[in-house]
Amino acid sequence: MTDFTPIASLIGGVLIGLSAVLLMLWEGRTAGISGIASRLLPPYRDDALLSRFGFVTGLAAAPFAIVTFTGAQISQTVSSNLPLMIVSGLLVGFGSVYGKGCTSGHGVCGLSRLSMRSLVATASFMASAIASVFIIRHVI
Amino acid sequence: MSFLVNLGFGLLFGIGLLFSGMSDPAKVLNFLDLFGTWDPSLAFVMGGAVIVTFVGYRLVFRRGQPIAGEQFHLPMHDDIDRRLLAGSATFGIGWGLGGFCPGPALTALGLGASGTLVFVPAMILGMWAARILTDGPARTRTA
Repeated sequence: MTDFTPIASLIGGVLIGLSAVLLMLWEGRTAGISGIASRLLPPYRDDALLSRFGFVTGLAAAPFAIVTFTGAQISQTVSSNLPLMIVSGLLVGFGSVYGKGCTSGHGVCGLSRLSMRSLVATASFMASAIASVFIIRHVI
Repeated sequence: MSFLVNLGFGLLFGIGLLFSGMSDPAKVLNFLDLFGTWDPSLAFVMGGAVIVTFVGYRLVFRRGQPIAGEQFHLPMHDDIDRRLLAGSATFGIGWGLGGFCPGPALTALGLGASGTLVFVPAMILGMWAARILTDGPARTRTA
């Protein structure tokens, strides 16, 4: 069980949205993390490498910023089944780039632009994720 | 300059992920477990983010161009193809297995859980494989 946290989740969502809007205002780019992260790898197609590197550095620095400035403890539970996490990582990395977007690119930025493509993609990954959890927790 | 500004945006995004619970796989997996220990919290993350982005994008697009660029880079195609469906479905299966999508995994990296430490390199390998498969070999740079 995890606690129902609508207020914290809503505030977190607002911060994510704010970041996406600022990135569009400044860079003119969507805040799709799979796109930003995968384009740190070659082949390079444009000159936004430094911007992407900055964004990912900020993402990775977030827990240190929270702990340093608020002293709050960050609790999380990650599976220690390492083979499972490796398979999961391969599927997430490959699928999000092959499908041109993940939770942020299709789910937040795409839906906000009322993109039909992103709506279909979001429905598709939500459905397969729910099915994946159902099979692991209730079938196997 | 663009490095530091984007670092700020990434930091804001990451703090949002941590605050929302999105970077806790236990919470994500319970959100996806509709027929078990369902925790609907993360619907509020999506809701909050989409509302702010929906309104914010409209305000931003009133400008002709972004502050630090000449044009907005938006996906132009709107076709629903097999690649979109197959890729998204594959991503979802992986998301349901581990509870991490790309942003939260990168943000959780510094928390140092062993599962995260193997997930992120595997994810990057998967991304690279998809880039090579779809993007073709590097074009030769012209001076």
